[in-house]
Amino acid sequence: MATVIIPTPLRKFTNNTARLNIRAGSVQDIVNDLSFNFPELKRHLLDENGKIRSFVNVFVGDDDIRDLQNEHTSVKEDSVISIVPAIAGGNL
Amino acid sequence: MSTDNIKFSKEELARYDRHIIIPEFGLEAQKKLKAAKVLVIGSGGLGSPVLLYLAAAGVGTIGIVDFDVVDDSNLQRQVLFGVDEVGRLKAEAARDRLEALNPYIDIVVHNTMLTSENALNIIQQYDVVADGTDNFPTRYLVNDASVLLGKPNVYASIFQFEGQVSVFNYRNENGELGPNYRDLYPTPPPPGLVPSCAEGGVLGVLPGIIGSLQALEVIKVVTGVGDLLNGRFYIFDALTFESRTFKIKRNPANPLNGTNPTIKELIDYEQFCGLKTVEKTTVKEVTVKELYDLQVKGEPFQLIDVREPHEYEIVNIGAELIPLATVAANAGRIAKDKKVIVHCKVGGRSAKAIQELQDKFGFDNLYNLKGGILAYIDEVQPELTKY
Repeated sequence: MATVIIPTPLRKFTNNTARLNIRAGSVQDIVNDLSFNFPELKRHLLDENGKIRSFVNVFVGDDDIRDLQNEHTSVKEDSVISIVPAIAGGNL
Repeated sequence: MSTDNIKFSKEELARYDRHIIIPEFGLEAQKKLKAAKVLVIGSGGLGSPVLLYLAAAGVGTIGIVDFDVVDDSNLQRQVLFGVDEVGRLKAEAARDRLEALNPYIDIVVHNTMLTSENALNIIQQYDVVADGTDNFPTRYLVNDASVLLGKPNVYASIFQFEGQVSVFNYRNENGELGPNYRDLYPTPPPPGLVPSCAEGGVLGVLPGIIGSLQALEVIKVVTGVGDLLNGRFYIFDALTFESRTFKIKRNPANPLNGTNPTIKELIDYEQFCGLKTVEKTTVKEVTVKELYDLQVKGEPFQLIDVREPHEYEIVNIGAELIPLATVAANAGRIAKDKKVIVHCKVGGRSAKAIQELQDKFGFDNLYNLKGGILAYIDEVQPELTKY
């Protein structure tokens, strides 16, 4: 199963789980699985049209899915998928 | 950048000896540091280690942009400052600390908020930018100004337990330009979806770690030593102690410098980040003074606090506690026949609560307390605990 790494700001929506193992053939399968199992997470991952939000980056291995096939990017058994939302802190 | 005219005194050579004796670094890299002008935007959590290490390392000219004053709640992570600096302007307190650390460099204070009006003028005086700001509008402002001026932007950002670092807009020795923040994140989150550090918190040591990495990349950009995070995006998870480095590329659709650029000058970044439309036009506000006048006159109004119970426990001003996530479920507790003032810590969450209540239940009697409980404490009850 592919490994999905949940970023710290979103772990409150995954019962504080940092890594999830998900059976998936594509990034879309992973998004569907996460949305189904963690409805609160869905709002943070997807916009009103069901597309991955532009301030949430998804990497398969080292690569941004926008440089691959976006949601259609294929995922293998040993793939590691990272979800990395924009954060802006630093000065305060 | 020519280093032909860069000379060191005996005292400087002694100070920088541990740099100079590294074969891959040497006197030439040290000269480049002395010749360099680096602008550090924000002298807070990230700015503290960045400024301390850049000053110690011998960066010849360091600019500091900050308009804020040192507060007690800064000292948990902003290691530039001590108890004696509380209440002082950060940029000035930082300058004094850095001058004491290294008298052989120049510190330039820009005691101002970076805006679309002044950003180009300030940034163009420097070779490299280190962005350690704390909000999305300024992140995009710094990015766009750096791209428009052709300056490398060493980026770092933190939230709670998570840190990010990259080097944006860097042109390598082959003349190839690397990606910038808009390639990584084309648009910011809508207001309220991602809390700020003031609302969400940050582990104090995290900016120390991430800011040190940021200082490292500034030094590498200036000296040309090593492989930069140009075209790469580093993230650190303090909870699992895992770090990952991703590859990032330029996006042809980037409105700044993609194939068909549409942004040719700085824009209104508050509007770009949705702050004006959501928080400033549709949510009515009252000032702390107006709330105080209502209290003194004994006029009927309801006061609601939408912070979390643990924050309420630290300090409260006698409001009814209805945490943000539960406002819709508790709408029945909120009066419709009198003025209702809603507050949180600094005003962000209460604006969101009001927006939700207006949208879902048609309230028209809700007012956001400007500046939140922190402003109330400052102006009305300074004896209360700030956090």
